[in-house]
Amino acid sequence: MENLEKVAKSIRKDIIDMIYTAGSGHPGGSLSCVEILVALYHRAMNLELDSNNQRIDKFILSKGHASSCYYAVLSSKGYIPREDLKTFRKYDSYLEGHPCIKINGVDVSSGSLGQGLSIANGMALSKKISNEKGYVYCLVGDGEIEEGQIWEACMSANKYNLDNLILFIDNNGLQIDGSINDVKSVDNLDEKFSSFGFYVQSVNGHDFDEILTAIDNAKKSKMPNVIIAKTIKGKGVSFMENDEKWHGKKLTQEDYKNAIDQLL
Amino acid sequence: MKSTRESYGEFLLNKGYEDKNIVVFDADLANATCTKLFKNEFPNRHFDMGISEQDMVGTACGMALSLKKVFASSFAMFLAGRAYEQIRNTAAYSNIDINFCATHSGLAVGEDGATHQCIEDIALMNVIPNMKIFCPADDISTKKILDICLKEKGPKYIRLGRNKAIDIYSDLDNFKLGGSHTFGNGADGTIFAIGNTVSIALQAKQKLEQEGINVRVVDLYSIKPIDRDNIIKCAKQTDKLVSIEDHSVIGGIGSIISNVLTEEYPKKLVKLGVQDKFGKSGDIENLYKMYGITCEKIIEVFK
Repeated sequence: MENLEKVAKSIRKDIIDMIYTAGSGHPGGSLSCVEILVALYHRAMNLELDSNNQRIDKFILSKGHASSCYYAVLSSKGYIPREDLKTFRKYDSYLEGHPCIKINGVDVSSGSLGQGLSIANGMALSKKISNEKGYVYCLVGDGEIEEGQIWEACMSANKYNLDNLILFIDNNGLQIDGSINDVKSVDNLDEKFSSFGFYVQSVNGHDFDEILTAIDNAKKSKMPNVIIAKTIKGKGVSFMENDEKWHGKKLTQEDYKNAIDQLL
Repeated sequence: MKSTRESYGEFLLNKGYEDKNIVVFDADLANATCTKLFKNEFPNRHFDMGISEQDMVGTACGMALSLKKVFASSFAMFLAGRAYEQIRNTAAYSNIDINFCATHSGLAVGEDGATHQCIEDIALMNVIPNMKIFCPADDISTKKILDICLKEKGPKYIRLGRNKAIDIYSDLDNFKLGGSHTFGNGADGTIFAIGNTVSIALQAKQKLEQEGINVRVVDLYSIKPIDRDNIIKCAKQTDKLVSIEDHSVIGGIGSIISNVLTEEYPKKLVKLGVQDKFGKSGDIENLYKMYGITCEKIIEVFK
């Protein structure tokens, strides 16, 4: 079986390459969700198409600024040609700064925070009323859930009992202006989601076994699911870890060299 | 005579039997938007998302991406206003096939007053790429335009009203995306109108005729794309031009017509409508009088 750790490492290298070449991007929050996306695309998700040409399992990257991670993972599954990754964020490229529906493998444009969970709910609800199999996965950031629409969507997921919905929170604890706790506390995530009617699991977001076990558990639950993934912003590049400055920042040549050295 | 929202409700009910893929979203206004007719008959295909229009738009988009034929409704204020960014970034940027049916547009909302009177929705929707906008004037045009929407791709915004609309069209009349309907061929002037103001314009046309002034009325029911050819043709063939709308003249059909004219055939246009003001509570008749959206104001232009 494919070694997921190895895949994750190569995705991290792609992220650093892409953001360095682009001269801009969001390294911190892209590096924090690598294991989540790799676990989904390389193990958990059923990427086959149904009779309507729709993927059986769907994924919405609500925190669209992690596009470098998303594109690298899509590329690793053959959706995006590898050589295109170096065009990321450039004026003559289709690899937009935030996910765009025109990109092969991307089901909806996203990136304006707070909107992805509602879309995922709509897809999950559609599956339910049409008795279609499959799961809808959605990834939101922990800062993102300061958006009120997320909580509107949580109420909807509960109302329609969307047990085919598996929401991930990339809980890296930082947002652009600093620590989540300082900017606008979203403490007690588990209690919050539990009171909104979710089946809540908390995992180490860099541990594949924990992530995959939680997905298996979620599939057995009879409720909408949230997996709170405790992560480290900038994970894998020591000088980026737990530093909000690396939310959206370009890499100098020296930064690039130092980062790549750690990922070889 | 019925309101265009009632026509919308009847359309949904009727199509609901024919097409099991049609689903309807509402945000706690199913009675007022008239989607309740559909809800009562097809409860499993009607989703009341509660008072959360942003979530409604997102969920409706997710459903549309899963190949359902989606109609989502609320008052114009809360759909075009509250959920603006969801419509722009989720529905329009992804070019999703979806129908946003906004009822209670304009001052015609009446007694609820300014917070509920959306007089900016055409402007807001018009600047969004991929968006198509319709504003039907009566029962028959509403149903025929909604039929077009069922077939057209991409996001559509359909501007509907609360009040009873005078019947104007017959079953023989046809509508199309980018089309308009011209009443008469008078050369003394053209009155451009949409929705409620089409019947006001037709009244003015009749009164002017009695005084020997022959004008034509153009119902610009397809606001985006707009019927440029007919606007230019009327500018060339008729003397005076006037537009009348229950919407702000900033960004409404007056502005849209002006844009077309300045690009192809510069000519003066008198713009009747809400003149950079908020609405207020009252009955439609008095409100339209107060804001200058009347037959008399049109007639003044020709005096």
